[in-house]
Amino acid sequence: MSLSHWEYIRNCNWKINIEKMAEKKDKAEETVKAEEKTEEVEVAAEEKIAEETTETAEEKPAQELKLPDVESKEEETTETKAEEKTESSSEDAEEKTAKKNEIIEQETHVYKQVKSIVFSVLSPKIIKGMASAKVVTPELYDKEGYPVDGGLMDIMLGVIDPGLRCKTCGSKLKECIGHFGYIELARPIIHVKFVNIVLMTLKSTCRDCGRILIPKNKINNFKEVLDAVEKEKGIEGRRAKIKEIITSLKTINKCPHCKARQKKITLDKPTTFIEEDKRLSPIEIRTRLEKVPDEDTALFGLAAPYVRPEWMVLTLLPIPPVTMRPSITLESGERSEDDLTHKLGDIVRINQRLFENINAGAPEIIVEDLWDLLQYHVSTYFDNAIAQLPPARHRSGQPLKTLTERIKSKEGRIRHNLAGKRTNFCARTVISPDPMLELNEVGVPDVIAMKLSVPEKVNTWNMEYLKKFIEKGPKKYPGANYIIRPDGKKKKITDETKEASLEELQPGYTVERHLMDGDLAIFNRQPSLHRMSMMCHRIKVLPGKTLRLNPAVCHPYNADFDGDEMNLHIPQTEEARAEAEILMEVQTQLISVRYGLSIIGCVQDAISGNYLLTKNMTLSRNSAIDLLASVGLDNFSKLPKKEMVDGKEIFSVLIPEDFNFTGKTREDEEVTIKSGKLVEGYMDRANLGEGSGLLLRNIHKKYGKHFTIDMLGKIFRLGIEVLLRTGFTCAVSDTDLPENASLKVQETLDNAKKEVDNLIRMHKDNKLESFPGKTLEESLELRILEVLNNARNETGEIVANFADKNTHTMIMAKSGARGNLLNLAQMAACVGQQAMRGKRIEKGFEGRTLSAFKKHDLSSEARGFISEKFKTGLSPTDFFFGAMTGRDSLMDTALRTPKSGYLYRRLANAMQDLKVESDGSVRDASNKIIQFEYGEDGIDVSKSERGFINVKRIIKSVG
Amino acid sequence: MKKKFKVDKHFLIPKHSKLSEAQKEKLLEKYHISAKELPRMLKTDAAIAALNVKPGDVIKIIRTSETAGEALFYRVIVDV
Repeated sequence: MSLSHWEYIRNCNWKINIEKMAEKKDKAEETVKAEEKTEEVEVAAEEKIAEETTETAEEKPAQELKLPDVESKEEETTETKAEEKTESSSEDAEEKTAKKNEIIEQETHVYKQVKSIVFSVLSPKIIKGMASAKVVTPELYDKEGYPVDGGLMDIMLGVIDPGLRCKTCGSKLKECIGHFGYIELARPIIHVKFVNIVLMTLKSTCRDCGRILIPKNKINNFKEVLDAVEKEKGIEGRRAKIKEIITSLKTINKCPHCKARQKKITLDKPTTFIEEDKRLSPIEIRTRLEKVPDEDTALFGLAAPYVRPEWMVLTLLPIPPVTMRPSITLESGERSEDDLTHKLGDIVRINQRLFENINAGAPEIIVEDLWDLLQYHVSTYFDNAIAQLPPARHRSGQPLKTLTERIKSKEGRIRHNLAGKRTNFCARTVISPDPMLELNEVGVPDVIAMKLSVPEKVNTWNMEYLKKFIEKGPKKYPGANYIIRPDGKKKKITDETKEASLEELQPGYTVERHLMDGDLAIFNRQPSLHRMSMMCHRIKVLPGKTLRLNPAVCHPYNADFDGDEMNLHIPQTEEARAEAEILMEVQTQLISVRYGLSIIGCVQDAISGNYLLTKNMTLSRNSAIDLLASVGLDNFSKLPKKEMVDGKEIFSVLIPEDFNFTGKTREDEEVTIKSGKLVEGYMDRANLGEGSGLLLRNIHKKYGKHFTIDMLGKIFRLGIEVLLRTGFTCAVSDTDLPENASLKVQETLDNAKKEVDNLIRMHKDNKLESFPGKTLEESLELRILEVLNNARNETGEIVANFADKNTHTMIMAKSGARGNLLNLAQMAACVGQQAMRGKRIEKGFEGRTLSAFKKHDLSSEARGFISEKFKTGLSPTDFFFGAMTGRDSLMDTALRTPKSGYLYRRLANAMQDLKVESDGSVRDASNKIIQFEYGEDGIDVSKSERGFINVKRIIKSVG
Repeated sequence: MKKKFKVDKHFLIPKHSKLSEAQKEKLLEKYHISAKELPRMLKTDAAIAALNVKPGDVIKIIRTSETAGEALFYRVIVDV
């Protein structure tokens, strides 16, 4: 409910309160103390009093019972009222008002703190109070198409047509948020959403005197028990206990207060109550509920003055403002009303019929039929998916979307509109790689660049510049799509309006021009697990239909190009752009906050290219310069002046003159860079790759992020250019072995097989001993596994020793670009044992793995040892074993990813508001200490090298 | 009589010791906090059974740490 409705409620209660105060004038001299009560409580308290004043005479005794409690509330209301309404009639109140005003005048700002919130049910009084019109006719518009007074589209309820003014608040379309109305129901109607509470209340109160079916002396006991439970288990516990108490009351059939016999009440769903075969009319139900005294309702979990059980049987129905059920005008000029309006029309129509019939003295059957019909319409108005009721439908047969359907489920207001907000100025398509882009660039298809725009404010200096965009219009690049007048009016640029827009343009206007090279954009790939999942890139407009990125930034996004899509957002204000550039640009994210090393590095070809270049390559000076120029370099003074240059010397051109470094390659060889020259060793993944090695980390530390990102881009391109010039490929012959090596592999495998057979024979002869804690069978398994593993490792070693070191497959494996020796060994020598759950394959058929084997065959080939190599191909049984483990691991990853993802999400959410204070301690949102020293050692990982501070290196670099 | 096992003497239990009033004040001063911002520890915790503590006392725990070798933690004693 919007603010203004609360104001109406307040207003209406004020009016009532003035009357009330006149009555209680003499009571008004009580002390002042209720200053900091919250507004909600005030309102609610006022409601309560409002109710009391209008309550019928028979309610009086109950009212007196709760007097002491109510009186204090009256003080508050009187007091607050005096505070706000200066023309109060009470003298005492006036005095207090004067005092209050002084305080208010001293403080220009009024701070209010919400101390508590009370949830309640709308009482007929509130419904009437917040309404600004009474709806009496189902007609919507008159002949001229003007809303009918007293109809459902009454302009007292707000405006949805341009040009009209709201009769209630006087504002125009969009300014007026709408106002509630009400219908007086001819007969009470049960609110479907409250039937359970009504049933519960009816069952556990006396049908005669209305008291709860608990003896007088025990009522307080129960209340104490409830309070105790709440203290211990919270409000949930209290609710559970209430339910328990209520169910225990069902069996009582004699009222402990008036000794009246109780009858059994059942609910005939959805809304019919039956008391021992006799139907209870809503009128009866309401009178019974009215009899329940306030202090007894607390035992049902109803907060007495704010919620009364009889309010759950409707006598008035609030009509929501037209603004929340706007009609739409079709092209044909016809009006199409909202589902809610349709439903309300039904209600009003039947309600009027019922009124007429009652007044005309129609027979009871007709009245009851209409009453039931009205009940049906009101029920479906609240919820059109009640199991026992046929849903109300359009003429086309499609069910109406009424109140509950608007809020509930995935398409409802909460999950769709509130939790699922969407943004403008964004794009999403498939991504593809482009190593010629800079690391902090993103290639944007021209079609997208012409849809998305950047607003530029017009001033005297850029007016001519911006006019060029308007001249081009929205269809030519680079053009503009909209101009925005200083008053905020947006005008589309078309071929027709182009001239007028150009004329009109002057300082103060805004032009929404197409995206251009160098504009900022936020690039994102889901799941956005860490901050590097959203980074700021500079736009490069390119032909094509995919978003392009440098393959080196795939790692932080965890992206590949097998069909991945990514999102692009264009910041629209200067502040947003500044934030994106300073906090989110790719170079600012170079060093991972998780492990303190570069998360962006060379991948794939860039690694093998640099490996080849720096390992052993000599080029003529000319081709070296050609190579470096293609990378984007223009200063070759660092290149030695000789006919042939070394690959190391070419690589060194990229390194700054004063850079010194020592590190290790993947094979533990020294890498030395002295005064900007690579003098020893070569580049591989250990130094260039992401998340490994200190080369990139040290450059970042010494020369800063901008230099590093630039240099990394150049190194990356250098690697690729080298491969481009030398050529790089894979061949089946890469897996060829010399003949003696092949024989050796065969021999190793044959020996292993023999040994396994031997072990099995020994086992059968009972000659094997068992390992401690294992059965004989398990010991045999372990022994076989060991033999086979050794055999496989031996073949791997043979491959490593005898395979040609200069094949491209081998180069990739050695440089760390892709693949490893194991992959090569599987292709060249032997695939090896297929294992499931850490054991050889044993399941499948009874006593055997495949029907190709005899039962209880434990030999190596029958239990998933593939002695063939991929190059020659697998036997059918071997292929099956491979398929088994392949599928198993596929299933495993498919099942594990969502699980670990959820686990990570929970961890991230649990820790999201922890922060490091200036004293080094980690604290949560309430300033409680979680860790006394961040990470126990107080090291900021993002400023360290893999979580450590290398003091030696620092001293060396200083001294 | 059977020798009773003492949890607080076990090598896996980090060393717990009670802070004096003055030390406690100093600690709270250092972090600009009141005792309620400290992590809590039950009075009945087995590791401090031998320490004779009352609610409000602060316990210093010396833990071995993967990153720092040794790390200090403080916990305030609470009743249930």
